[in-house]
Amino acid sequence: MHPAKSVIYFTTASGAGYGLMVWLAVMGAFGFLPADRTFGIIGFGLAFFLIISGLLSSTGHLGRPERAWRALSQWRSSWLSREGVSAILTFGPTGLYALGWVVLGQNAGLVGLIGLVGALMCLITVYFTSMIYASLKAIPAWRNRWTSLGYLLMALMSGALIMLALQAVFGLGLITVTIKISVALLGLSGVLKLAYWRAIQTDPPRSTAESATGLGRFGMVRMIESPHGEDNYLLKEMGYKVARKHAGKLRRIALVTGFILPMAMVAAIMVLGLPYVAALSFLALISAGIGLVVERWLFFAEAKHVVTLYYGNSKV
Amino acid sequence: MTRLPQNPSKVKLGLVIDLDICVGCHACAVNCKEWNTSGKMAPLTDIDPYGAKPDGVWFNRIHTYEAVDEVAGTSRTVHFPRSCLHCDDAPCVTVCPTGASYKREEDGIVLINTDICIGCKLCSWACPYGAREYDEDEGVMKKCTLCVDKIYNENLPPESRVPACVSTCPAGARSFGDLGDPDSDVSKLVAARDGYALMPEQGTKPVNRYLPPRPKKVGDAVAPRLLEHHDDSNDGAGLLARWVDKVLSA
Repeated sequence: MHPAKSVIYFTTASGAGYGLMVWLAVMGAFGFLPADRTFGIIGFGLAFFLIISGLLSSTGHLGRPERAWRALSQWRSSWLSREGVSAILTFGPTGLYALGWVVLGQNAGLVGLIGLVGALMCLITVYFTSMIYASLKAIPAWRNRWTSLGYLLMALMSGALIMLALQAVFGLGLITVTIKISVALLGLSGVLKLAYWRAIQTDPPRSTAESATGLGRFGMVRMIESPHGEDNYLLKEMGYKVARKHAGKLRRIALVTGFILPMAMVAAIMVLGLPYVAALSFLALISAGIGLVVERWLFFAEAKHVVTLYYGNSKV
Repeated sequence: MTRLPQNPSKVKLGLVIDLDICVGCHACAVNCKEWNTSGKMAPLTDIDPYGAKPDGVWFNRIHTYEAVDEVAGTSRTVHFPRSCLHCDDAPCVTVCPTGASYKREEDGIVLINTDICIGCKLCSWACPYGAREYDEDEGVMKKCTLCVDKIYNENLPPESRVPACVSTCPAGARSFGDLGDPDSDVSKLVAARDGYALMPEQGTKPVNRYLPPRPKKVGDAVAPRLLEHHDDSNDGAGLLARWVDKVLSA
């Protein structure tokens, strides 16, 4: 599949924004983080910036962005519509929670409860985002058990790393809790990514050139003449091949920069002690950011669409 | 709107494509483009049509495949027109976030309302058959309409009220009709020839059917005898020529 920059930014940035929002709510509501005003302004500002810029970016690949509001109407059947509706509804409790923190200086009690409701809705929104992809049968690399779990874990992981960096700068809250959460999430999402790559390589093909044409009864099917000499929309959008050539190398880059290096850096904070916390948490965040962009690019570029069976692929 | 019809009628209009007959001439694609570029889904934009990398929206794409059985040492070459199958369980309809993509309750035709389409392309990702193409110029998706503006058009003579691809096929490889009615001509044709759906494992329940190429007849493997020209008659030749012929034949 063609990896559109707008969608890569959307899924990584708004994922990280929702992840950060979850940790702001959980850490605040359970008393791991005081309702410091400056911390709140920076933290919520960053979370809302990531979420909103991601959502706006997702409208960037539309042919008719001025009609984007229409996408909110079909929540009964469409995951994309559900995602849009959920994203807008989520601004309610998360906005109230941010106001409670910044204006009233509270993040526990009732405010904390509103925050936790917001956190749950953030997770639901990320899940809906993942289902846009995981619901497509025509793309087996997306329609599997790993896709939604991956989106959720990586949103929480990137959010936790931002939270860690913020806490390091402000010297606020129980930073050891955030360190443990970050290490656990980096480990889990790294393992999940490995399992995902293994699955898309070893899962039996869902469709073949024989089932696509129905000509399997005569033998192995191969295309001998394409309908057109130049690439059409289908081949440009669905027949993206660049990543597969470098897939192995890119997977290693994603794994090392996205999960292994950040995990080592965050774990090193525990060993080296708090004087290094700011430098190490920022390095971990930058590294994970690069890794997640590569990971997301691969998620799109590596995924094969069954329509390519009509254009010379033998199985998908 | 983008939910599939809650009370679909029994009518399921669709195409039956006979792969035994299709000669791969692309006439269906050309006439489809001709009709539809000024039809409901108009225009079928072309980008750089005379340049080095022409691209454009087409509702029909004609592939040619070879099916090889290496054990038996046989192969078949099959021309294969590909277009929208107007699926009963159309995933392109249910993924649409705006309601632009819909399946008609009365006859099952899958259409796009290009006035409200936002061009998110998700329907083209959901379709296993590549039936939907993006119009870069208009920023919306386009697809086969089963010539909805032709098949019901009372200004046309009844025999012309079939999709453009069907009326133009010089070999008669394409048939149009109600596949929801077991007694219709197309349904009988499908039953008689073991017509099949493409990629049933994708769960989309396509309406269109393909008829498989007929088995080869025994003896087909032997090439026909060369024709030799034997012309013993001298009808119409001149008197002198006929005399020379008679003398030399003696």
